[in-house]
Amino acid sequence: MGSENLNTYLLVAGFLLVAGMYGMVQKRSFIGMLISIEMILNGAGLNFMAFNKFLSPDPAVGQVITLMVMGIAAAEAAIGVSFILAVYKKFRTIDPSRIFTLKR
Amino acid sequence: MHFYQIIAEIIFWLLVLITIGGGFMAIGSRMLIYSLLGLSITFLGVAGLYIYLGSYLLSMLQVLIYGGAICIVLVFGIMVGYTPRQIVETRIRGENLLLAVPTCTLAVGLLFFAIRRTTWVPAAQRLTDYSIEAVGRSLLFDFSLAFELISLLLLVGMLGAIIIVNSQEEESGGK
Repeated sequence: MGSENLNTYLLVAGFLLVAGMYGMVQKRSFIGMLISIEMILNGAGLNFMAFNKFLSPDPAVGQVITLMVMGIAAAEAAIGVSFILAVYKKFRTIDPSRIFTLKR
Repeated sequence: MHFYQIIAEIIFWLLVLITIGGGFMAIGSRMLIYSLLGLSITFLGVAGLYIYLGSYLLSMLQVLIYGGAICIVLVFGIMVGYTPRQIVETRIRGENLLLAVPTCTLAVGLLFFAIRRTTWVPAAQRLTDYSIEAVGRSLLFDFSLAFELISLLLLVGMLGAIIIVNSQEEESGGK
């Protein structure tokens, strides 16, 4: 275990994935869910970079894939916050448990 | 082991600690703004780990995109809906927590077991290096379609965000 060992990075990435999953289930607010999704995506990026350093024959590929994950995460955050703005305009709250128009 | 290597190892473990501590803060805090603070700490820790993984470019972009842009967008989202220090009631019941914590611990344990059991085979030889030039070449030649699709996705995402916010306003204004 150390900075020259693949397993360390994989374990940190696995922790980020599981923490994000726990946050997705446990947080009862849109922003909290977005925060958890960002953590999962970051864990995926770390995983790609770790495999890129230790196993890949072409070290540019992992960096390119991580860059694409970053782009998707940025687009997802922008869309998520615009949803939050739209929901807030309509309902005057962004608490998911108090938004149930479709249910009635 | 050389003296500098020991210092590098200590800094590495500090970065791992920062990443994991930030993750715990992000999922454990009851105030959303502290949760976001934990997330940004995690981002900075991962940016440090990227340096150990050999890519300065990705480390800088991590700080810029994740630590800068995404965190600010999320702060904006928090400011719209909540007062900053408001405690968001999680309403999680005891039995839910009793299910969630063992499940997550089991998932980490299974991942740990799987990672330890697998024998990873490194590549026989390296074709390129970590330089920004190699990344740019690979973006514009090997992955040019994916590159264009990502730019299209960002464009559609931006337009969609503007349209979603605007159409809602017109609808409520018309009534």
